[in-house]
Amino acid sequence: MMESTVLRVGIAEFNVLKGDGKIKTTGLGSCIGLTLFDPMNQVGGLAHIMLPTSQIARDQSFNVAKYADTAIPALLKKMHQFGASYENIHAKMAGGSQMFQIELDSMKIGYKNIMKCKEILQQLKIPIQAEDIGGSFGRTIELDVFDGSLSIRSIKYGIKEI
Amino acid sequence: MSTSNKFKSIQLDVLQELGNIGSGNATTALSNLINKTIDMKVPRVNFGPFSNITESLGDDEKIVIAVYLRVIGETPGNMYFILSQKSANQLLSDVLHININKNKEYSDFEISTLTEIGNILTGSYLSSLANLTQLKIYPSVPSLTMDMLGAVLSSGMLQCGQYGDYALLIETNFLEGNEKVEGHFIFIPDPESLDKIFHALGVPIQ
Repeated sequence: MMESTVLRVGIAEFNVLKGDGKIKTTGLGSCIGLTLFDPMNQVGGLAHIMLPTSQIARDQSFNVAKYADTAIPALLKKMHQFGASYENIHAKMAGGSQMFQIELDSMKIGYKNIMKCKEILQQLKIPIQAEDIGGSFGRTIELDVFDGSLSIRSIKYGIKEI
Repeated sequence: MSTSNKFKSIQLDVLQELGNIGSGNATTALSNLINKTIDMKVPRVNFGPFSNITESLGDDEKIVIAVYLRVIGETPGNMYFILSQKSANQLLSDVLHININKNKEYSDFEISTLTEIGNILTGSYLSSLANLTQLKIYPSVPSLTMDMLGAVLSSGMLQCGQYGDYALLIETNFLEGNEKVEGHFIFIPDPESLDKIFHALGVPIQ
């Protein structure tokens, strides 16, 4: 049997796959691993979102994959190019931890990331099918583009599927 | 300075030297603490995209013990003291004079001991930088976690994320004489801190 593709997505990147294979991102801390999936057309996408809003960007030309408010629409557009239909798409999300117990504003970014992703998904009318968010631990996630299942690995809880 | 610009070699040399002085003081403190010789490697200054800047430290999913603290004052940034679990066990055994061989969770006492060791070492790293630059540089309260390397370090790149897609990371590896304790000091200055450091040391910015 042929090994199926595993696409890797780094911090502040996204990617889309159709038909078969997996998309993976490693070491999510306060970042969000957001996946979109169209089960009818078997198109799946994953974004490794770092920060909530592009309004804080200091550069004029910024990387859209980095911010929740720009990454989700951009990922949606790319999925459409791969043949996904908007009405089929649902989302899953993982991550948004607070890795260290230091009460600084910048360290609550995980929570802000979660809230912003939810807000954007609601605006775009994309239902959230499942989530594994918050806490204070790291996660590695893998989206199976064949059936839309999302496998989540952490050192605290091992492997779970949502 | 925009982080998308490349750094001049003199600037990189200065940052490497900062790493050298900071880690030199920290490894001396460690050597005194466990009464063993510590070999320090030449610090590396890594500048690159978030995704592969941590590659030289190992796999993203590697489990590490990390003491993190926020650097506050005139040159804000993030500071880490990172160990493998094997090294953390050995370090605890050396300091507490009992044999510790954990493979999962540490007790509260062991966690606070490791946190305090990290605090002492990173504190001596930062105070030597403060002396050298004559800038006000303070550590926050430290915090310890045991988790995947990628998840641990991405917290330290959030500030850089607001400026661009690159981070600058000053990394020093050290090795205890019998190679039983191996660790890393990592300093990730916020992008806005770099100009202040260069200015304080009389390094041309442009």
